[in-house]
Amino acid sequence: MLEYRVEIALWAISGIIPFFMLNIWTNNNLNESINISDVMLSRYFLCAFFVRQFSVVWVVFSFEEDSLMGKVSPYLIQPLNPFFRYFAQHLAEQLTRFPFALIIAFFFFIFNPESIWIPNFGILLLSIVSTFLSFLIQFLIQSIVACLCFWTEKASSIERLLFIPTLFLSGLLAPVVSFPDYVKSWIYLTPFPYLIDFPANLLSGNEANISGGLSMQILWIFLLFPLFKKIWSEGTKKYTAMGS
Amino acid sequence: MNLRKYLKVYKKFLHTSLASELEYKTNILIDLITAILSLIGSIFLLSIFFQNNGYIGGWKFEQALIIQGIYTILNGITNTWFNPNLTEIVKHIREGTLDFVLLKPIDSQFFISLKKLNPSGFLEVMLGLFLLLFCVRINQINLNLSFLTLSLITISCSICILYSLWFFISTTTIWFVKTWNAIEVLRSFLYIGRFPLNSFSFSLRVFFSIFIPIAFITTIPSEVFLGFSQLWKILLEFIVATIFLITSRKFWLFALKFYSSASS
Repeated sequence: MLEYRVEIALWAISGIIPFFMLNIWTNNNLNESINISDVMLSRYFLCAFFVRQFSVVWVVFSFEEDSLMGKVSPYLIQPLNPFFRYFAQHLAEQLTRFPFALIIAFFFFIFNPESIWIPNFGILLLSIVSTFLSFLIQFLIQSIVACLCFWTEKASSIERLLFIPTLFLSGLLAPVVSFPDYVKSWIYLTPFPYLIDFPANLLSGNEANISGGLSMQILWIFLLFPLFKKIWSEGTKKYTAMGS
Repeated sequence: MNLRKYLKVYKKFLHTSLASELEYKTNILIDLITAILSLIGSIFLLSIFFQNNGYIGGWKFEQALIIQGIYTILNGITNTWFNPNLTEIVKHIREGTLDFVLLKPIDSQFFISLKKLNPSGFLEVMLGLFLLLFCVRINQINLNLSFLTLSLITISCSICILYSLWFFISTTTIWFVKTWNAIEVLRSFLYIGRFPLNSFSFSLRVFFSIFIPIAFITTIPSEVFLGFSQLWKILLEFIVATIFLITSRKFWLFALKFYSSASS
């Protein structure tokens, strides 16, 4: 992974959309209406950036490429589910991305010195756990989509479709608190706010329902995991190697 | 340059790529739904911004919708032409198939930029046009000839700038081989084009007008639509577009000097 330093740095930069959003929010004083101070909002968006950096998932694209190239067949013979391979890849890349994310945070604090804060250890630990859970949820959802490769060649377009609600409802572009009531009434039943909004609120010290959020995350994992197992076993039965 | 020859070749390109893309019909449908959802999502985001404010950076909600419309059209064009073709450059260079492109008796930039086509982007362009028409109605813009020509000119300039940016980044593949992530960076910056430039702080505004001219891509055409764009801005956009086109062309020819096929 360290061979691709420039790539990973670029990838870290491509995640800076939350900062542009922050700029719109504070520059137009939009946060006054939702009762979050400038400082808290900037911490929120910084944390959203961090959570996104460590929960981003691209397994469907790797799997699609491998299955189109016929690389899946040798993986299937191995006694380990091939998704473990992708899982390990993701974890390794997250680790390499950490220093770059820190550099970006450093620049962020230079421009916004008033928003420096140090979360206490317990909160930090909990938010790492919830970020990891968010990563797991996204990894499971994408693995389920990736398994659709067994039926259709282009599963990545389904993933792009699913990415849209993730982008707009997860809190990456605007905190869920600011959403209108007709959305807030049902959004907490979906997995989306637990992907970024909940861990980011937790880490930044904004209001967050810790036990509720964590249990919802775990609940979604328990719902998605059997689904993945099912679709995986169905899919491998259906699988025929390319060219057969 | 033999224009007739190029037109004829382009017709063939259109034919072959349409034929191959239409093999994936459900894919086109899914892409269309994605485009619609993403437009709904951005309008939703805008509505959050305007929840308690009448103006964002001096723009009303109805006016900001014009920017969304133009962004959607440009994004559709990106998805139809730039994305399928220019990501292919990466593949050409990695696998050494650029050799075959260079050997063809046709301009390599033409071949590489227009070979493929993704029809689902068309639908996105249509979507953007419908939104623009709707905006014309709710903003009570009266259509006349000079307005139409001005907006056409500015939008074509935006397309040229956008194309040059994409082409420029893809060309760097010749040195760096893998540029997926550079394209991702460009994409995330382009996302800014969904919002009026004035809603950002001064430093970001300068950054987005000088280094990455996103300001020129969506904001100026939208101002033309609303009729409050000054002539110097339109002229400036025209000049920027020309400079970008010429530089990207020069850069491609320059980069080709360094191309040494795969594994050599």
